Amino acid sequence: MIQQQPGAVGLTARPIRGLRIAYRQSIKFARAKPLGGIGAAIAILLVVVAIFSSLLAPNDPYSTSGKLRFADPGTPERLLGGDELGRDVLSRLVYGSRISLYVGMLSSFVGCGIGLIVGVASAYFGGKTDLVLQRLVDAMMAFPGLIFIIAIMAVLGASLNNVVIALTIAYIPSTARIVRSQALAINEMDYILAARAVGVGHMGTILRHITPNCYALLLVLITIHLGGAIIAEASLSFLGIGAPPDVPSWGGMLRGAAQNYVEVAPWLGVFPGVAISLVVFAWNLLGDALRDVLDPRLRGTGRGAV
Amino acid sequence: MYTYVAKRIALFIPTLVLVTILLFVLLRLIPGDPALLILLGPEGDNTVTQEELDALRAKLGTDRPIYVEYGHWIWRMLQLDFGVSYFYDEPISEDLLSKFPITLELTILSVFLASVVAVPMGVIAAIKQDTWGDYASRILTFAGLSVPNFWVGILIIYFLVIGFDWLPPLGYANLWEDPAANLQQLVFPSIALGTSNMAFIARVTRSAMLEILREDFIRTARSKGLTERVVIYRHALKNALLPVVTVSGYEFGRQISGTVIIETIFLVPGMGRFLIEAIFHRDYAVVQAVIVLITVTVLLVNVILDLAYAWLNPRIRYT
Repeated sequence: MIQQQPGAVGLTARPIRGLRIAYRQSIKFARAKPLGGIGAAIAILLVVVAIFSSLLAPNDPYSTSGKLRFADPGTPERLLGGDELGRDVLSRLVYGSRISLYVGMLSSFVGCGIGLIVGVASAYFGGKTDLVLQRLVDAMMAFPGLIFIIAIMAVLGASLNNVVIALTIAYIPSTARIVRSQALAINEMDYILAARAVGVGHMGTILRHITPNCYALLLVLITIHLGGAIIAEASLSFLGIGAPPDVPSWGGMLRGAAQNYVEVAPWLGVFPGVAISLVVFAWNLLGDALRDVLDPRLRGTGRGAV
Repeated sequence: MYTYVAKRIALFIPTLVLVTILLFVLLRLIPGDPALLILLGPEGDNTVTQEELDALRAKLGTDRPIYVEYGHWIWRMLQLDFGVSYFYDEPISEDLLSKFPITLELTILSVFLASVVAVPMGVIAAIKQDTWGDYASRILTFAGLSVPNFWVGILIIYFLVIGFDWLPPLGYANLWEDPAANLQQLVFPSIALGTSNMAFIARVTRSAMLEILREDFIRTARSKGLTERVVIYRHALKNALLPVVTVSGYEFGRQISGTVIIETIFLVPGMGRFLIEAIFHRDYAVVQAVIVLITVTVLLVNVILDLAYAWLNPRIRYT
């Protein structure tokens, strides 16, 4: 008797079906929340530009040229002008999307991930664990805005990876606080009691029942933090305590624009700012729409993280 | 009311202790010994003898155990002594005395300007809900939250330089000696600092107003024949302003940390610029002093706001 392998069909069919569902869900989302759809489209565009930077950028973002110093926008070799070292502003903008996305994605994913673990642990174990973790969260959240991140950068020194580390640490406390309150509510649910009654252990309850119910919230938090992280990275690089000056970071490109080049090359201070604002605007729109769809209780918390 | 005040202050002290410990430990994580960093000089190529190193460690107090050093640091701060700058070799307190008021003025001015624009904007958006005015103000506030403050600063400088041939002044006019020149200098940095705050306050005002306008007492006020004007200003706005005041107060922390960037752009000689310069000089004594001063100020402002809120809102006082 020839038995059909049940997995063979499933293996090929499942990803396609998954994609179709994802596609249908996205269309539904974009219809219900047109502004969120626009945000998502710009965000996807940013990802595409970041992945294909080497194909899209007309020039090498690092190559300097004495002849093209402060070249006007529209010059064939420098479509958006040349900077103080004659480097191509357009190419640096294109490559800058990589820096923004790298810092934004890594810090918000890892920071929110650790925040999730801390928040769930704090809510589930309660008692002394909760008290100690929450006092630590209090202390970290007491430093206003960028100050905590600047303090960490002062310790670590200026580099792109240190920016990621500083932002990751900065996103842990606020995520932990919000996840904790969600996990506390879940912990009171009947299905948690049922799980315990049938003998599911601590790890099983946390991993299979509590954590998955925080994923929607986490997705919203990551999207909101991502926009904040992009602004924070730009701010630090602008101050000169983030990415090194040769790295094409949007914030770094604005450095010195207001003081030194306003008369010779005003465009140097315009294009990177437009790029930052547009991308952050898109992530904020997306985060806002996701929040309305997934977790309306969070309404009013949207302020970006930094 | 007294128990509430006592409780709120009792909560404030452990936070303060934890914050100072966290900052102290964080800044001790810096690789290398501050005494060695100072003696090696900015290029790190000076020769150092063991005697010099020991002498400087004793002078800085880094030869003692960390908890003794921490206690000593707190004790000196209570006497308003913030230590000595590694880079300038001068007491930090004198610098802070002149720089702190400038940063504080900039922050307060920016919160004030933002509120003055944002509250009417939020009210209009709420009473004209779902009209083009509402949409315009919502898009504007959303954009305001996405544009980085420092870029607004750069654009303002562009506008002033190209339009009026104005450059950020190198000198600084004192508020008490020359108030007109002082305000003229600080008004543009405050606008740049306040844009995202303004957007946020407008958003909060709008949603608070929308919520209040649905309440029963508004319907009662309307049905007893009060004019729409009285209903909105006397009944709705008065209640809606309560959350707005708290939120704009809590924004104080974000604003004061934002001065770090804005002061650098507009060459304002406040604490923020002082902090960034100290980081470049690896002057950790100054970094520590400025951060602790900013953080404690924000915590204090929050306590005062909580107390003011309890005073304004009896529902909190008696729970």
